Amino acid sequence: MSFGTPTGTPEGLQTFPRLLFYHAQVRGNAPAIREKDLGIWQIWTWSGVAERVRALASGLAALGFKRGDNLAIIGDNRPHLYMMMSAAQCLGGVPVPLYQDAVADEMLFVLQDAAVRFAMVENQEQVDKLLDVKDQVPLLEHIVYDDPRGMRHYNQPFLHDIRALMEMGRIHNRNHPDFLDAEVAQGRASDVSVMLYTSGTTGMPKGVCQTHAAFIASAQGGRQIDQLEAAGDILSYLPMAWVGDHLFSFAQALVVGFTINCPESSDTVMTDLREIGPTYYFAPPRVFESLLTSVMIRMEDASAIKRKMFHYFLGVAKRCGSAILDGKPVRSSDRLLYGLGTFLVYGPLRNVLGLSRIRVAYTAGAAIGPELFSFYRSIGINLKQLYGQTETCAYVCLQPDGQVKPSSVGAPAPGVEIKIASNSEVLVKGPMLLKEYYKRPDATAESMNADGYFLTGDAGFIDADGHLNIIDRAKDVGRLANGAMFAPNYIENKLKFFQYIKEAVCFGHERDQVCAFINIDVGAVGNWAERQGIAYSGYTDLASKPQVHALVKSCIDEVNATLANDAMMADSQVHRFLILHKELDPDDDELTRTRKVRRKFVAKKYQVLIDALYSGQSTQFIETEVKFEDGRRGKVSADLRIIDAKTVSAAQQAV
Amino acid sequence: MSKKTGEVILDLQSISLRFGGVKALTDISFDVREHEIRAIIGPNGAGKSSMLNVINGVYHPQEGVIIFHGQERKRMEPHQAATQGIARTFQNIALFKGMSVLDNIMTGRITRMKASFIEHALWLGRAKREELEHRKKVEEVIDFLEIQHIRKTPVGRLPYGLQKRVELGRALAAEPSMLLLDEPMAGMNVEEKQDMCRFILDVNDQFGTTIVLIEHDMGVVMDISDRVVVLDYGKKIGDGLPDDVKNNEDVISAYLGVSH
Repeated sequence: MSFGTPTGTPEGLQTFPRLLFYHAQVRGNAPAIREKDLGIWQIWTWSGVAERVRALASGLAALGFKRGDNLAIIGDNRPHLYMMMSAAQCLGGVPVPLYQDAVADEMLFVLQDAAVRFAMVENQEQVDKLLDVKDQVPLLEHIVYDDPRGMRHYNQPFLHDIRALMEMGRIHNRNHPDFLDAEVAQGRASDVSVMLYTSGTTGMPKGVCQTHAAFIASAQGGRQIDQLEAAGDILSYLPMAWVGDHLFSFAQALVVGFTINCPESSDTVMTDLREIGPTYYFAPPRVFESLLTSVMIRMEDASAIKRKMFHYFLGVAKRCGSAILDGKPVRSSDRLLYGLGTFLVYGPLRNVLGLSRIRVAYTAGAAIGPELFSFYRSIGINLKQLYGQTETCAYVCLQPDGQVKPSSVGAPAPGVEIKIASNSEVLVKGPMLLKEYYKRPDATAESMNADGYFLTGDAGFIDADGHLNIIDRAKDVGRLANGAMFAPNYIENKLKFFQYIKEAVCFGHERDQVCAFINIDVGAVGNWAERQGIAYSGYTDLASKPQVHALVKSCIDEVNATLANDAMMADSQVHRFLILHKELDPDDDELTRTRKVRRKFVAKKYQVLIDALYSGQSTQFIETEVKFEDGRRGKVSADLRIIDAKTVSAAQQAV
Repeated sequence: MSKKTGEVILDLQSISLRFGGVKALTDISFDVREHEIRAIIGPNGAGKSSMLNVINGVYHPQEGVIIFHGQERKRMEPHQAATQGIARTFQNIALFKGMSVLDNIMTGRITRMKASFIEHALWLGRAKREELEHRKKVEEVIDFLEIQHIRKTPVGRLPYGLQKRVELGRALAAEPSMLLLDEPMAGMNVEEKQDMCRFILDVNDQFGTTIVLIEHDMGVVMDISDRVVVLDYGKKIGDGLPDDVKNNEDVISAYLGVSH
């Protein structure tokens, strides 16, 4: 076997086990995995990991694990769980990570569907879950556990301590020294490397089969875009069953050779983040939001001088920070101020957030507010967005450095082709596509079109810079009466970026204009009202205050102004709105349990309000039955005011 | 449960304790076996805490004999009890509020530190080695009690339930052979109680620690203890397996009152 340059991965390393053993040779003493245990960051080197994976794989083989078998992996991000993924792959098996916080009954479906024979679990808690359902999973033969705590009295013969398994493997290795290398050599790039289950918001979860080739191509593309290097650190804290963690903490780590860091427990992630100071970081938007909130709350308690300094320099950052990060020309006075700000505010702030060493940070999974996004960029953190699905190895679009816009999810990644269908649906093609849904040829066939493009189910468009903008789920997108596209989620997201607006529901399909229901955020608006000296008794009362109407109107006016700037969305400005007299609630079936609006149900329930919005009335009486938390029922009624928002016409915009 | 209780390691014979004219304990005898969980229950003022204080040498009974590990115990001080492997927690939390969780638990190691004050101050060879060793032990306790996330937090900032857990941690850090717990679950909500029960059972199971606990929550006592002794007005009114005690007439009347 010949090896390439240390910076590039040589050709021929087409499977993850081969990559692992390659790193063990070229950077054997470099850290592959760190885990904080007993208060100290313990280090596993690449050669150490390789040795353990060898032992684990041989141990699995000794237990009867065969090519093509599926191995369930259940637990927090622990080094042994990642190693077990590699061990299964060495033998041509397929790791199937499950969401570790699922209850036993939820796991049951996946365990049965994937015909799991072996399971690797973190601790007693997960063992207990599996024992609960074992009767219903007759194929499950062996359970290996990592943490022996509390396991002393479990004497079932099918339970194995991972240390015992490794010992078994080491003996097997000595007796059959060529066995494992032969197994690894049999692995092909086209073999399935992992099976990740989709969350199943629509129907039953489906097992997405991804090959070594797909994940390696995705990881290579990411490395190329972000110039990832082996001397990097990532904090691995998101569920192992989620495609993003598999791409960042497993595939990219093995392709690039950087270090993954496992937090001590899920409660210590923020402390561990500060201690490790990763160079590469991923978090969903809500994490960035809560980080910022915690900083802002602490600043409120700081001394007046510090507070003044903080806000002054945040102003400077807002003016020129993003431009400096993007390498655009900036006035030298601003550059000087920004340098001073880095010394006094941004540097310490980045340090407190644990983001001092960040070279690249990504967010995805939900729309991120432009203000929030720009804030992190302005203080010098290279936060970017990406777009992808489980079926595409979370790899479709990435924002390249210097071309970052809050609205888009970036340009097609290397090797990926994107096409927009006539119904605005985003279609993608490339090496990262799934091989199939496990045992579901029907679903596999439905997900692809005749030209081999995967149907993402998202609606979007490609803007003038060639970047993809996601606007909505394709099935929600409609047309206004004049034929212009109407994407309710897109508008609602813009509205919800305002802290005062908690929920919004927009209507406009086959109508001549867009109207909206608004739910105010009772916390934020209540706080605002208190500072304005407005007395109120509860949600319904607060929602009926004229001052609150004016506040919401100002938010909507702002959204309209930005929509007017956008040629495709200019017709989607919100013309009229009302503030609902009650909060939309899952108990009243208006929201799903994951708090997504059930659009059709809401439209039907509040038909009288929609009619009022479109008939030009200025008030409408409504009475609604509500369910209280204790199961009692009651009625809420109100005269709702309907308010006209300020819209900007395209002609006005041109002036 | 497959656990085995061993020999009697603590035998209290006819203990009487008086404060002036007040009789706190009158002629109380019971024993504690190795590896068992022994509960002491009784109404307020029954003398439960006094009993624990007798065991770890805070109070000295006027009458009676205490046999610990086969030897009759002479009058002794609490720190001597500590070096003999008896650790305890208190009804009202007794931690250093301004110190971190880590430092508080470290104080539990104090009886096992050998280096002198000067050595510690100068951070000389032995002191350094020792401290690393103790820190490792403390970290094992932190891991055991799942309090990693508050390792560096001052105890005063923690909610009550967690402070109780830290106190247990300090007692465990002494690696006791016998653990005295004075109302470890008082003032806790159901979830905190469940956690605490699990920790107590784990301590008993994994380290084989003998546990003597005072508790008011009957559900908890009946669930986790091997044997129960019942006190009322300083007298023993019941002793035996949880089920026997539950059906004991005197115990029922002491707890529920008697109809006249």
